[in-house]
Amino acid sequence: MEKKEYLIFIGKHVVRMLLLLFFVSATAFTLISVSPIDPLQANVGQAALGSMSQEQIAKLQAYWGVGKPPVERFFAWAWDFFRGDMGVSLLYHRPVAEVIGVKLVNSLWLMTIAWILSGIVGFVLGILSGIREGSLLDRMIKGYSLLIASTPAFWLALVLLMIFAVWLKVLPIGLSVPIGVEASGVTIADRIQHAILPAITLSITGVANITLHTREKMIEIMESDYVLFAKARGESTYSIVKNHALRNVILPAITLQFASISEIFGGSVLVEQVFSYPGLGQAAVTAGLGSDVPLLLGITVISAMFVFGGNLIANILYGIIDPRIRRGGAGA
Amino acid sequence: MSEKKVVLDIRNFSVSFEQYERGFQKTGLPVIRNLDVTVHEGEMVAVVGSSGSGKSLLAHGILGILPYNATMGGEIWYEGELLTEKRQKMLRGNEIVLVPQSVAFLDPLMKIGPQICKGKKDKASKKRLDRIFQGYHLKEEVQQLYPFELSGGMNRRVLVSTALMGTPKLVIADEPTPGLHMDMVRRVMSHFRELADQGAGVLLITHDLEQALEVADRVVVFYAGTTVEDAATADFQSEEKLRHPYSKALWRALPQNGFQFIQGTQPYVKELPKGCPFGPRCEDCNGECLGVIPYREVEGGRVRCVHA
Repeated sequence: MEKKEYLIFIGKHVVRMLLLLFFVSATAFTLISVSPIDPLQANVGQAALGSMSQEQIAKLQAYWGVGKPPVERFFAWAWDFFRGDMGVSLLYHRPVAEVIGVKLVNSLWLMTIAWILSGIVGFVLGILSGIREGSLLDRMIKGYSLLIASTPAFWLALVLLMIFAVWLKVLPIGLSVPIGVEASGVTIADRIQHAILPAITLSITGVANITLHTREKMIEIMESDYVLFAKARGESTYSIVKNHALRNVILPAITLQFASISEIFGGSVLVEQVFSYPGLGQAAVTAGLGSDVPLLLGITVISAMFVFGGNLIANILYGIIDPRIRRGGAGA
Repeated sequence: MSEKKVVLDIRNFSVSFEQYERGFQKTGLPVIRNLDVTVHEGEMVAVVGSSGSGKSLLAHGILGILPYNATMGGEIWYEGELLTEKRQKMLRGNEIVLVPQSVAFLDPLMKIGPQICKGKKDKASKKRLDRIFQGYHLKEEVQQLYPFELSGGMNRRVLVSTALMGTPKLVIADEPTPGLHMDMVRRVMSHFRELADQGAGVLLITHDLEQALEVADRVVVFYAGTTVEDAATADFQSEEKLRHPYSKALWRALPQNGFQFIQGTQPYVKELPKGCPFGPRCEDCNGECLGVIPYREVEGGRVRCVHA
């Protein structure tokens, strides 16, 4: 790519991302400001509120931003955010950046494991399944994937929780670290042990989607004219898969893999909730229910950036890997 | 011609598709019913039939790459032995080769060189490829190109090159010149002629009679799933030498012979008439044409017509 084209490419995507972030945060803000949750009731409690004086209530209202026009609040937040200040979480009484930082690290553990596992397993299963449509193996893999794809993630999480934590007692029932242990005493092994169940739940649900998509693509390839010709030239199934199928299925697989970041993100919200895993997903739920606007918007923006980043990486990789784009110029 | 060895002998070949009709009722769709072709060493035989008449299935049948819902009937003899599935697997891409219609039959993401070598990286393959490319005046750089980067002229030569990695004794060219102008057609055809002159049998499957007459030694006329006539190319010089009324009609439709067309169209496989498929369009059709029509030897050729 020419240097100028390169700059245009970057510029275009930066503008796109800014627009996306603006609309996503505005939407999230609108939703939370029209939500019927009263921040005072939700966070202070009806009983405590009743025993407070008018001044105290007014002070709290000012803290939670009740009564201020929403548009003004949003732009005040956006301006600060733009300057790098994400604000202070109303629930945690700590800077949003700090809260998100801690939660994100916890979540990244889960999501990275799930993302890699579901990507690899889904890709392999999809290929095995698509090589021969209608074979026993294909029907088994397809059946399994459809079953899992129609299973809610939280339900699966509960089932795994019951089996491994309640009945077999081999894995912890929740949280990310053992209860009653000092932070300094927590080992990597502890963390891994706590991440296994949520990560596996996320992986299992992620696999189904990737398998089905890869399988579909694989079937299409196996029915293509170039595979027919390869057969006519005496190439074995193994040789066809190695020479042609893998090469052609890897491109859609990459797009799929990076696009699946959004699904893993979405899935983690539910799964973290079930396992009481203190990650970004759980923080989002807490912030939403507690009207913690700065934290919720912060999480929204970070998640949107992740998803956008994933798709952007897919786009860039496509251009690097696909010779038709790399050598022919876009659209050739 | 008679002393030359028969490479390919196809007898009473048929292909039918299983189809689901209105729910779960299975019916067979006989796309090819009676196809007979013989190809000798060093001979170029053209099977001529209209577009969409299922001619490609002949190629796929010989190579054993018909789709799973197709059933094949009849006999295919290759070098005096029945061509079984096992032999097909062994011979295809090596002794029996297919030259496809277009670069769409090449993997879009694999470079030309490795693709022709089927991914093999050994020295022998590489050397062979270099020699083939030299023979077709293709630059060595072409090996590093992807199919989409080839120019129209290179295309054809690359496709023919794929056939030469083995030691072809039978070359099947399926519609190798779609939409090309006559100059280009001649050039492509000269490649096949060369292969035939080197001793291979060439089976050219095409819809273009003019093109077939230009290069082939014999022409087999295919109508509605049946081969109706097998004639030497020379027989097409005059109408009288031809045996079947459909071949005669084709002859009359050639530009130099007056561009005359006969009424009607080829019947759809499900609505085939009894007996001779050409019956409804034939002036000489009578009661005899409703029975089974044998494929007979007539004056050095073969014909499926009771009147010839």
